Amino acid sequence: MQLFPCPFCGLRDETEFHYGGEAATPRPDGADAPAEAWANYLYMRANPKGATREIWVHVTCGEFFEMARDTVTHVVAESSALGAAERGR
Amino acid sequence: MTRRYSALSLLKEGFAGHTGWEPAWRSPKPQKSYDAIVIGGGGHGLATAYYLARTHGLTRVAVLEKGWIGGGNTGRNTTVVRSNYFYPESVALYGLAHQLYKGLAAELNFNVMFSPRGMVSVCHSDAEMELAARTVNAMQINGVDAELFSAADVRRVAPPLNFSPTARFPIHGGVWQGSAGTARHDAVAWGYARAASRLGVDIIQNCEVVGFIVEGGRCRGVETSLGAIRGERIGMAAAGHSSQLAALAGFRLPVISYALQACVSEPVKPILDPVVLSLGTGVYVSQSAKGELVLGGALDRIPSYAQRGNLPVFENVIAGLLEMFPAFGQLRLMRQWAGIVDVVPDSSPIIDESPLPGLYLNCGWGTGGFKAIPAGGVLLAHLLATGERHPISRPFGFDRFATGRLIDEAAGSGIAH
Repeated sequence: MQLFPCPFCGLRDETEFHYGGEAATPRPDGADAPAEAWANYLYMRANPKGATREIWVHVTCGEFFEMARDTVTHVVAESSALGAAERGR
Repeated sequence: MTRRYSALSLLKEGFAGHTGWEPAWRSPKPQKSYDAIVIGGGGHGLATAYYLARTHGLTRVAVLEKGWIGGGNTGRNTTVVRSNYFYPESVALYGLAHQLYKGLAAELNFNVMFSPRGMVSVCHSDAEMELAARTVNAMQINGVDAELFSAADVRRVAPPLNFSPTARFPIHGGVWQGSAGTARHDAVAWGYARAASRLGVDIIQNCEVVGFIVEGGRCRGVETSLGAIRGERIGMAAAGHSSQLAALAGFRLPVISYALQACVSEPVKPILDPVVLSLGTGVYVSQSAKGELVLGGALDRIPSYAQRGNLPVFENVIAGLLEMFPAFGQLRLMRQWAGIVDVVPDSSPIIDESPLPGLYLNCGWGTGGFKAIPAGGVLLAHLLATGERHPISRPFGFDRFATGRLIDEAAGSGIAH
């Protein structure tokens, strides 16, 4: 059983977490954005092999956060609250 | 040299000490250029090469495989072949594959051990039975041999199931497809490889694609670990690694790669005839010709390229199996493994030209690619040979993610891929 680091609760069992999506996928601006821009935002993924940054939710505490991990080794590098980088941590 | 597999040639070779068999496929050095290149030597890639040669008469065809043929998901699935889908587009697609599986051993002169033993998807409540009736109606309208089974019918085909009224998942009935079954997964890859090689296709193993040759905005070949190979048309059938190839070609796919795991028990005498899926536990199981129970369940919940399973899902699958078949608790497991599957938002494949002209896609099969191998081959070969979508693959275009014409089988047939 792998432990994931919730920035608010610390190390917890992987079954308490749910994958939310790739990090840094900006939402198209305005409803008149072309269909391709929406398709790009909603569906297209980098799906990297190796290092990746993802949004996860710790279902137990309900907080969304960002996690850097490796999709081959499953090693977690770090996790941080959403927006922590913008706030200077 | 003995080329054809038959009882007679086996007898002749038996007397000759089995010295006359020729290798099942050639292992040539890659040529400088081909009419068509297929990336990925799994079932879909090998089938594509076979139909390019057989149906379209192209013989200057190469299959490039970074490892060994059939070593990815073709060798890692649970060998189930079925076509019990909800939407007409899906039934046409998987029905084509199912139909081709029926004659595949004769067509390839290779025993793929297709065994149409039937499959039952078991329901555990009155509400599930009502949904099952709707599903069966839709399937019958689409021409699938689906039947609504009562609990007594389920008991007739799969007596070791837990029929106790106090079971956590009591059995109310199920959906039956009598023509569904299993096939020998390695044999499908080997059979297509052998038949394609005989028609002149070059099967090149240990050859990884590391880049694309793009000239005038069009894909003109690939850079590989064995050097540059030029091709008029390039097809890719790389399942869970499709996104990596797409990144090399400069576009993204609506794919997330997950590990799907499976395992087999020690072999035992015949105890389970059909394939059994429980809608409650999400676990499916069949018994192989060797006697092993082959079982699997849901996807691991973590995007992954690690070809191994995670413990929580493995525990769920085993717990589900023992809930369904308490007697199987005595069995020991022999092997457990995982394949990396290419999951798309609507659980339906993408068979289309990619955003890079000259490069064609066969991906997005998710957890259900094995059953579709012959169709994936026919349809990608059609695209490569003619440049046009086949009528059956037309709904499965890349553009559907922008137009919104998704074919959502996860919602439609309640099947988890």
